[in-house]
Amino acid sequence: MTQELFIASHCHISNNMVSLNGTTVHEQKGTDFVSFAKSAYKKFDIDYSKFFKMDNLSKLAFLAADLLLKDDNIKEKQNIALVFSNRAASLDTDRRHQESISKNDSYFPSPAVFVYTLPNICMGEISIKHKLHSENAFFIFEKFNAQYLHTYTESLILEKKAEKVLCGWTELDGEKYKAFLYVVGKSGIFTHSTHQITRLYQNK
Amino acid sequence: MTELKLELKEKIIEQLNLEDVSADDIADQDPLFGEGLGLDSIDALELIVMLDKDYGIKLADPKEGRKIFESVETMAAYITANRSA
Repeated sequence: MTQELFIASHCHISNNMVSLNGTTVHEQKGTDFVSFAKSAYKKFDIDYSKFFKMDNLSKLAFLAADLLLKDDNIKEKQNIALVFSNRAASLDTDRRHQESISKNDSYFPSPAVFVYTLPNICMGEISIKHKLHSENAFFIFEKFNAQYLHTYTESLILEKKAEKVLCGWTELDGEKYKAFLYVVGKSGIFTHSTHQITRLYQNK
Repeated sequence: MTELKLELKEKIIEQLNLEDVSADDIADQDPLFGEGLGLDSIDALELIVMLDKDYGIKLADPKEGRKIFESVETMAAYITANRSA
């Protein structure tokens, strides 16, 4: 049953910068998240108009996932499970929704905002774009929990629920955001261990 | 009516976050759903909220929206006939 698993690729997005496998691939300083996300969408030549209707957490997760899933080494897209986590859940969008229903004389909740008041919606967006019919789970932790992600990911692959797992952390609250996603499979650059996950998470 | 149609096009683009689309790109008779602007069911709900918020029109039956939201022209005609705001 024991089989060594590896981290095949990883992506960071924070502070208006995107890095893939440790190399900065896009940067746009001095703009807010929405403008930065749009610049990244254009830079990576993504063709998915629904991107602009997404909430900011979904945009963040979508961009990181798209970079990793576009990687030529990833073929078995139907078998890639998604395991995401963060601290604030969908709080950023929850606040926007709350604002729209806070005044009795101006009670106009937006359906387009309301549909994003769950953090796991971002995984739905990614699954639709990449035609994934795989397992997915979104966990809320006080802080990044490499041990839990490691255990859950190993379990999915070793029990043959998935061929690969796209997992990590996608946190956004206002202009503070950080995405760290990585792909785990049977081959790759780094050994899939709690130590390596933590090390990669902390590296930019 | 022409002014209202332009206003509707601008509101649709802004409120439905249609990227790289301008009012000039939308003909009055263009279908808003399906092959036209490609709006979806959530967009339809947004349009219902827009009618209420901006024009004081409440749709009691969301199914009414199917005809009203066929195009900018049908929307403008419905608003002109029913607006209270």
